[in-house]
Amino acid sequence: MVEWTDFERATIQDIFSKMDYESVGHNALARCLVVYPWTQRYFGNFGNLYNAAAIMGNPKVAAHGAVVLHGLDRAVKNMDNIKATYAELSVLHSEKLHVDPDNFRLLADCLTIVVASRLGTGFTADVQAAFQKFLAVVGAALRKQYH
Amino acid sequence: MSGGGDKEGIKSARAANSDCSLILESLIVGKSTEADSMVEWSDAERSAIAAVWGKLNLDEVGPQALGRVLIVYPWTQRYFGTFGDLSNAAAILGNPKVANHGKVVLGALDKAVKNLDNIKGTYANLSQLHCEKLNVDPDNFRLLADCLTIVIATKFGAAFPPQVQATWQKLMAVVVAALTSRYF
Repeated sequence: MVEWTDFERATIQDIFSKMDYESVGHNALARCLVVYPWTQRYFGNFGNLYNAAAIMGNPKVAAHGAVVLHGLDRAVKNMDNIKATYAELSVLHSEKLHVDPDNFRLLADCLTIVVASRLGTGFTADVQAAFQKFLAVVGAALRKQYH
Repeated sequence: MSGGGDKEGIKSARAANSDCSLILESLIVGKSTEADSMVEWSDAERSAIAAVWGKLNLDEVGPQALGRVLIVYPWTQRYFGTFGDLSNAAAILGNPKVANHGKVVLGALDKAVKNLDNIKGTYANLSQLHCEKLNVDPDNFRLLADCLTIVIATKFGAAFPPQVQATWQKLMAVVVAALTSRYF
């Protein structure tokens, strides 16, 4: 059972309440595909992923980035029960999509960088720690059904 | 391997064999000189790295990156037992020994930026120091690299687009590999 301090809860709610899910989702997924190019293997039907500009301009990447962030929103709204919240999504990613769970960390890292670049000095060390803890819990929940 | 007795099979097996020995030879030759660079940097990557590095205030960024490591990954505090008060984020960020050491680390990173074609050779002694004397788990190099990347993202905002991030993380990966190179 994950314990959240008041500061951590407030920080997560604050970050996501002010977030433009479409823009951040698009940016985070695009970064993942650019910085870790092997992740493109999961998006064979997305069309042109040939270079950074193509990836950034690809409407399917933008749309899917938004899907991922809205999925993350469910954890934001259920911080005390993230594991159960993602039980089905975990099964989906393992049994149907066959996504290597290492990739959850890669996307989480890219999302952290997008949020850091948007918040600037507001992304203090304490905020970073809370945000990374949240994403680690999400990653663990998504990994849960793999074995 | 297929093709037991037929001529085509033997010919292609021989070709594959000589390819293998050519590759082996080049690896052995490659290992014999420390200055031999296995990492390729494009012109675009070199200028991206120079542009990022040129905008950084090392005395500011070093302390911030090291401070974040100690806060976000608290077990890393074990390496800094002589640093005094690391009891909370404020203490860590205000700690002069942390600040000083952050500057030392970024100063060392400057050597890599100025020697992109021989990062492994540049860090050979530092790698040995971290392994044999400081006993630092090499996983921690990646943690510091990640925090430094985040500090850069907070400072650069939109000026840290995906392609620049990719290049920067490549540099971090090469640095981490070089620091790990004397461990085994």
